[in-house]
Amino acid sequence: MSGKGLVTPGPTMKARSKVAVEDPQLQAALSNLDLRLFTAGVVQAEHPEWKDRVAEIRRETLADLDGWIDKLEAKLLSLGVVVHRAATPEEARAYILGLAQREGVRRVVKSKSMATEEIDLGSALEAVGIESIETDLGEYIVQLADERPSHMITPAIHKTLGQIADVLSKEAGTELPVVREPLTAWARDKLREKFVAADMGITGANFVAADTGTIVVVTNEGNGRFCTSLPRIHVAVVPVEKVVPRFEDLGVLLPTLVMSATGAKMSNYLSMVTGPRREGEIDGPEQLHVVLLDHNRRVLLGTPYEDMLGCIRCGACLNVCPVYRTVGGHAYDSSYSGPMGKILTPLVTGGEEGRDLPFASTLCGACTEACPAEIPLADLLVRLRADLRTPGPVVVPGAQKPAPPPALPVGPVGHSDEHPRKPGEGFATAVTRITVPTRRAPWSQRRMGFDAWSRLWAHPSAYRASLRVGRLGAKALRPRAGWVQRAPLLRAWTDTRDVLVPSGPTFRERWAARERGEERW
Amino acid sequence: MPRVALFATCLVDAVSPETGVASVRLLEAAGCEVEFPAAQTCCGQPAVNSGEPEAATRLARHFVEVFEPFDAIVAPSGSCAAMVHHWYTRLLDGGWRQRAQAVADKTFELSQYLVDELGRPDLGASLGGTTVTVHDACHGLRNLGLKSSARTLLETAGAEIIEMVEPEMCCGFGGTFAVKYEEISAHLADDKLDHGAQTGARYLTSGDGACLMHLEGRRRRTGTGPECVHFAELLAGGLP
Repeated sequence: MSGKGLVTPGPTMKARSKVAVEDPQLQAALSNLDLRLFTAGVVQAEHPEWKDRVAEIRRETLADLDGWIDKLEAKLLSLGVVVHRAATPEEARAYILGLAQREGVRRVVKSKSMATEEIDLGSALEAVGIESIETDLGEYIVQLADERPSHMITPAIHKTLGQIADVLSKEAGTELPVVREPLTAWARDKLREKFVAADMGITGANFVAADTGTIVVVTNEGNGRFCTSLPRIHVAVVPVEKVVPRFEDLGVLLPTLVMSATGAKMSNYLSMVTGPRREGEIDGPEQLHVVLLDHNRRVLLGTPYEDMLGCIRCGACLNVCPVYRTVGGHAYDSSYSGPMGKILTPLVTGGEEGRDLPFASTLCGACTEACPAEIPLADLLVRLRADLRTPGPVVVPGAQKPAPPPALPVGPVGHSDEHPRKPGEGFATAVTRITVPTRRAPWSQRRMGFDAWSRLWAHPSAYRASLRVGRLGAKALRPRAGWVQRAPLLRAWTDTRDVLVPSGPTFRERWAARERGEERW
Repeated sequence: MPRVALFATCLVDAVSPETGVASVRLLEAAGCEVEFPAAQTCCGQPAVNSGEPEAATRLARHFVEVFEPFDAIVAPSGSCAAMVHHWYTRLLDGGWRQRAQAVADKTFELSQYLVDELGRPDLGASLGGTTVTVHDACHGLRNLGLKSSARTLLETAGAEIIEMVEPEMCCGFGGTFAVKYEEISAHLADDKLDHGAQTGARYLTSGDGACLMHLEGRRRRTGTGPECVHFAELLAGGLP
């Protein structure tokens, strides 16, 4: 999405995976950390009841998402927060850039946020000459390396310590030791300077409570707190599904998120921001802006993909995924990687990006098992394979048909008490690239092939005939049966594995021979 | 005497008939009367996993028609049995969904049927002195909840089970994934074979022939790892 550097470049997931498997540095970085140990079943093992409660809260939220967004917006406005509803990344970026330029912002500090990655905000700020510094240590490292994060919780997990020392040394202009503590200390000093000098702090939000208007930012380094308290303007970019109905819901959501992400009981820092600085308070921003981002999410409500909006971005599905653990995050070439990324990327981009991602899965189901929000990730991957069959927008059964484009004042000004939102004004659903099935959609070669195959194999006689043809083919092409290293038409298999070429009777032939008394088992 | 319909699976029928023969021998050793409905073909899983649910639905209907007359349906594959359990009711609707649910309720993976349904872990097989490590094939494990039944059969026969690191990690087969993403697929096979080799066991076994064909093919290419054999063949080899 961003065009930022990838350690495993390539035009397709397949090409990038090949690079990843053959990259010894990346393989060393991935194998040094047994990701699965972070999270394996911690929540399930220690608090089996949390998972159901989390899923229940998420489903309750999604059942009336627009209602909760309205409640949240009303609460935020009453706290003096400026709210902007953005249908697209372009709108979100335009609003934030407009605000920054209006306010004369020159330096921005960012706390790690998947939503700002999704809208590629950092590059947009840099493009207009505003310095934008990532303040999560891992994210800072990948920013200095001009790369994108490769894991939503641990952004630089694809780098070895030596590679990290190189990146930081280059920035420092002196050779730093290849030792964790001094490297971290150097980055800490550097980032402190950035925090103090910043005019604007930009964060995402792990959750936002609709009843109190509280924005929750979870970090382990305290950088989220600096970003939300030091600069005079704080902007939180919040995808719509981050809303939770009640502050008290955080009681189960937060520990579930942290345990699923890192295995720890709680994060080192937990920042809760409720409105901008009030009279008499000594810190906090003068202005607080919340950008609510839709980007093809609300159109998924009521469809089989609604469950995906229950994702709490814990990364558990990445950590247990055999594919992620083999190729790392850059192979996905998307803000979101791993199983959730394979689903969310084509959905939020309406099929413009990541169309090949759903196929890069063994469908082993480890992601579904690990997900603390009970999202049937493996099933959604299977569904997406079908719903991406025809070129163009993702075809989603049951999606609301896009409304005609409303005349929207997509202006630089958000909604506040002085500029109330007019009825009907909000997310422009017309920009969606999610569509509904039509009868006239052209069939792909794959579809024609499977259609013909299933018609044949629904007839036992045709099935038996195809087995006989297969046997004749094997006989004609291979003088030897059994395990062979090369076989015509099977290169994709035999490039990496031997193949078993059958020669004797099929099972059904042996069964018939036994029935006739010619064979004894 | 329980009457059991064997769903051999297309892979066993076409490529590894020995697994089917072994399955019949085990079921008969457990006192079952085994039938092989000749009209059976494929469960349709390749189609649904390739994003072709209509083609899969056609084969799902055929499966339901062929197997619904029987008391129990047993397959030597957790993945094919899981297809019936997990996907048929999602693919079919109306009256077909009810028929599919009824068929799914009496469809079992082989070890599941012998141990959990019949309660016959002792088949009279003798595998004393044989060391085995078990790969938990994904769909049987996660869709059917299979974990202990194949191990119980092997241990009851006297085999020694040496557990590998991460027995629940995918072997990398994944149907068409094995040929679409062969580099990742082979990498995962190597991890599994390395973990198997570390146990020192003579055999790496599992309840899914497709995983084993992928692993054995890789083992023959690289020379690393224990011999990969379906548990039914190991057990049948120990029958008197």
